Amino acid sequence: MPVFDLATTTLRELNQSLHGLDKSGANEQFEVTNPRGAHAVAVGIDAPVDVTINGSVGYYCAGMNETANITVNGNAGPGVAENMMSGKVVIKGDASQYAGATAHGGLLVIEGNASSRCGISMKGIDIVVKGNIGHMSAFMAQSGNLVVLGDAGDALGDSLYEARLFVRGTVKSLGADCIKKEMRPEHIDILTKLLADAGISDVKPEEFTRYGSARELYNFNIDNADAY
Amino acid sequence: MCGIVGLFLKDKSLEPQLGTLLSEMLVTMTDRGPDSAGIAIYGADQNNLAKLTIQSPDPETDFAGLAEDLRKSGITNASILPKSTHAVITISADQMDATRAALAELRPDVRVMGTGSTMEIYKEVGLPKDVLERFKISDMSGTHGIGHTRMATESAVTTLGAHPFSTGSDQCLVHNGSLSNHNNLRRELSHQGIRLETENDSEVAAAYLTGEMAKGKNLGQALTSALDDLDGFFTFVVGTKSGFGVVRDPIACKPAVMAETDAYVAFGSEYRALVNLPGIEEARVWEPEPATVYFWEH
Repeated sequence: MPVFDLATTTLRELNQSLHGLDKSGANEQFEVTNPRGAHAVAVGIDAPVDVTINGSVGYYCAGMNETANITVNGNAGPGVAENMMSGKVVIKGDASQYAGATAHGGLLVIEGNASSRCGISMKGIDIVVKGNIGHMSAFMAQSGNLVVLGDAGDALGDSLYEARLFVRGTVKSLGADCIKKEMRPEHIDILTKLLADAGISDVKPEEFTRYGSARELYNFNIDNADAY
Repeated sequence: MCGIVGLFLKDKSLEPQLGTLLSEMLVTMTDRGPDSAGIAIYGADQNNLAKLTIQSPDPETDFAGLAEDLRKSGITNASILPKSTHAVITISADQMDATRAALAELRPDVRVMGTGSTMEIYKEVGLPKDVLERFKISDMSGTHGIGHTRMATESAVTTLGAHPFSTGSDQCLVHNGSLSNHNNLRRELSHQGIRLETENDSEVAAAYLTGEMAKGKNLGQALTSALDDLDGFFTFVVGTKSGFGVVRDPIACKPAVMAETDAYVAFGSEYRALVNLPGIEEARVWEPEPATVYFWEH
């Protein structure tokens, strides 16, 4: 298994090696050591490889990921898995602001807590957070699922489109146009699959509450014309 | 953007290394703020003595014979230790006001960066590495310190616009962000008689905290009031003679990471700033919550 020690190898060398991989290829495995909070570790991979990062990373780890499985044995800085397209990213520790922002697909699992703006403008990604999430999470989230085993901070799902939000704990406050919704059998099915994909077996889908868009902001309300 | 760091030692055996540790932390934050850098460091308390850190655009002329001139003006115990563009003047603690008045008279171009019994402040325009070397910060020991690398947004790139800002004895502040109500606050603080040297928004935050502490609040209480009275983006790291505090605005988009062990409490804009600290692998590492005051005291 190739090992990239970032104490002795440049980040550019690591990322170029990952970008040069055969896209159809065998399931190669890579290990990254001594990331020491470096930015942009393992970004832009578009091959089905496994990358294990031992240590904490800085900004934008695993950004734009396509098909790779990336595991961070540590914490992640702001913007982890930002704009991910597919594949799986697992953070064993905590994640900072805007985890999974604008991401189109794939699965992001955060085993610790996520910070503010988790899943902001998400466009199809599934995010599973075992701990809590911070304020303004799922702001303008368009599609995909955000699953939170702990609590959510202020203004959850503000100006939400069609993303589904599932929270097991408390929600400090809901954002504009975000409401509690009924849990139907299809939602139980979605949650069952996502929890299994995230390797969680001790939590039942029925323990969650679903939140979604009230769709009141989809059309302009003429009563608000005076505000403009 | 800006980078900020802070280190508050609990283990006395680390005190000789404070300058080295803080310097490493600050240099790592160079790409967050390459235009100026500064550091405030709290050293040993010398009984009945106080110090002023001063700065001059023409240090060779201004610092020459200054101690002697001060002594002639009645500042009987004045001594001076020049360090590049800065110098530390040591005086009897009861002669602070007289010293400031004498300085203004004797060397009108000299600026007072900070005063107190233990705090010294060094800041200059230039790359953090060069600024730290200029003042030999890595040779300094102390109990706690804060530092800043600046990418200017609200005022000019000048020595006086660099952080930390000190507006009260042994008080200092570094700021990442920008305040939107600093002009109003500056006027209110001036009415309270608080001295402001620059047009910089962060100096207003420092002066605000000085004003609140002058009303009898401790650092934690002053930081709590700041959450109501300051408008804008901020992550502040603040030092007092015995304390170290951190607060972020409720939106909290300016980054912050903290680490705590039995030996220290550390702050960095990014985790990168903390990776060289001893025992960081076992430290409790967390992101400070928005609108939440954290503070420690010796």
